Amino acid sequence: MTVDLEEAIAAGPPTEPPAGTPVIDLRELGRTFAGPPPVEAFKPSNLKIGRGEYVSIIGPSGSGKSTLLHLLGLLDRPTTGNYFLDGIDTGQLGDNARAGLRGSRIGFVFQSFHLLHHRSVMENVELAQIYNRMPRKERRQRAERALQRVGLAHRMDFTPRTLSGGERQRVAVARALVTEPSLLLADEPTGNLDTEMSGEIMEVFDGLHADGMTLAVITHDLDVSKRAERQVRIVDGTLREQ
Amino acid sequence: MTDSTDITVLAPPVRDRSRVQHPKMGMRDLFEEMVSGLLGRPARLVLTALGTVLGITALISTLGLAETAGQQIVSRFDELTETRVVVSPADTGFGGNEGTSSIPWNAESRLTRLNGVAAAGTKSDVDISGALSRSVPVVDPLGINEHQISVIATSGGLLDAVRGSIRTGRFFDNGHNDRRDPVVVLGPAAAQRLNIFRLDTQPAIFVGEQSFTVLGIIDDVAREPDLLNAIVMPDGTAREFFGLNAPAEVHIDADIGATQLVAGQAPLALTPDDPESLRTQASQGYTAVRQDVEQDVNALFVILGAVSLLVGGLGIANVTLVSVLERTPEIGLRRALGAARRHIAAQFLLESTVTGLLGGIIGASLGVLVIVAVSAARDWTPVLDGYLPFAAVGLGALIGLIAGTYPALRAARIEPITALRSG
Repeated sequence: MTVDLEEAIAAGPPTEPPAGTPVIDLRELGRTFAGPPPVEAFKPSNLKIGRGEYVSIIGPSGSGKSTLLHLLGLLDRPTTGNYFLDGIDTGQLGDNARAGLRGSRIGFVFQSFHLLHHRSVMENVELAQIYNRMPRKERRQRAERALQRVGLAHRMDFTPRTLSGGERQRVAVARALVTEPSLLLADEPTGNLDTEMSGEIMEVFDGLHADGMTLAVITHDLDVSKRAERQVRIVDGTLREQ
Repeated sequence: MTDSTDITVLAPPVRDRSRVQHPKMGMRDLFEEMVSGLLGRPARLVLTALGTVLGITALISTLGLAETAGQQIVSRFDELTETRVVVSPADTGFGGNEGTSSIPWNAESRLTRLNGVAAAGTKSDVDISGALSRSVPVVDPLGINEHQISVIATSGGLLDAVRGSIRTGRFFDNGHNDRRDPVVVLGPAAAQRLNIFRLDTQPAIFVGEQSFTVLGIIDDVAREPDLLNAIVMPDGTAREFFGLNAPAEVHIDADIGATQLVAGQAPLALTPDDPESLRTQASQGYTAVRQDVEQDVNALFVILGAVSLLVGGLGIANVTLVSVLERTPEIGLRRALGAARRHIAAQFLLESTVTGLLGGIIGASLGVLVIVAVSAARDWTPVLDGYLPFAAVGLGALIGLIAGTYPALRAARIEPITALRSG
């Protein structure tokens, strides 16, 4: 089920997408990098991720994981097929609208955290809300709630440099949650963490899943992958349900 | 990490899932991001602003010092030149005595009534038809004691108008003039040639066959040095004995800064019916002189200041560009978090503009300090146009804006994938 973009925009007042609309709906989506030689990094594939699903996408290095992540995160454009996010055909959107979708519907968690080291933990989390002009008071309340959610309420005024790797990644998770996105997209979220800290992050993800958040975790780590309720393998640019 | 599950979960999302929200950023947020971006790297901010600081300091201090020096030169400028006005007939040669002069005999009293006139007096060369002058009554056949000495007729106020002083005796006054008394005052050189050094013997001199009582001997004059070697007599006396037709010229000692005013009014005061018949010679006035001096000095230093500013601007452009490259992961993050390209461009542009602005403020302040310090050291009066420091601050911001344009556009063009990968 898809929603016509013009119709949706013309609809005016906010409405929920029709029930049953998948958060992610890839239809023969593919990405080929123009060479020379041309490389078909992600072969045309179909994938649906429903609301509240916890999906892991696992594959070895060079399998096309990052390409898929960039496509799902609207950081890159496909060369074939369609990508519907919350029923919106993202292929029709311009640069600005895609940035708007990223800011409002996708929460990113990166392997290398991507925190601003000279800003406080609170400011790092608030940063995700400044591009959608959220009122400052609400922004702060949401950031506080998100930090509480990941167990870092006591570290709000710290700078990321003073935190452990696990804590830093939890700040990044709080930043991803704070906009209440449709999809939390994690790229090797435990790649830079030891086993214990990885466990902390996976527990947070489990909790989010239990709360109804849609998660897509891209990883090469089998243990991380197993925590998801659904695993999708990517091999040589092709998706395969497990 | 067990506490997370105990904490209240986020409220379920209740908002539009079918509409595309375009990214928006408030001005306050943009400003705060700019401040944070700059203050997060204070050392870099200082180094980046340094180029502008030096450029603006150089510009302000050179402009100010040029102005100060110009003012200083004027104040030391020969005050005599600055206060001298000479009125002469327009149709005769300067200093001529052709008998066509329309200058009235009472020129002195007409002019001293004008504002800005400190003293005035007429002055004319008297045609004595080659008569010789001597101080003894006997005609010496050998002519040893007879001299060819020029005779000048003046009004009583001329000595003051040329800032002269009397060594001994006195200068004649307008009473002598009106009565056409046969009296003279000698210039020191003329007195020496006539062997007259004392007045207690009431000496007399002869010009041709006419005797004149010597009233005084001039010590010195600041202007019109020909008086020093002349026999000076009242206008009336010259009319009586040598047929002087009219004063040849009027010398005015004007107040400082009043020369142009006096020069404009004098012809009208002297000949109201035909002011065009007279011409005036006055200094340009100190304003013009100061401007000339300033222009000369400024031309050189403004070039130096402009070069410094160019270097400062290039410095900002360079460091901002390096900053963009270094902050590529941050740009990627912001793009992933929903920033539009224009938000990235605006932030970098604002950062470079504010850097330039800060450089302008510090530079203008330092420039003023330099002017004050140099003036204090040289005992000068510091002079600077009031608008210059403010204009310099604006210039600093403008340089920052221009210098930041290319780096900002480049930052905006960075693709988020590239940016995130580099992190």
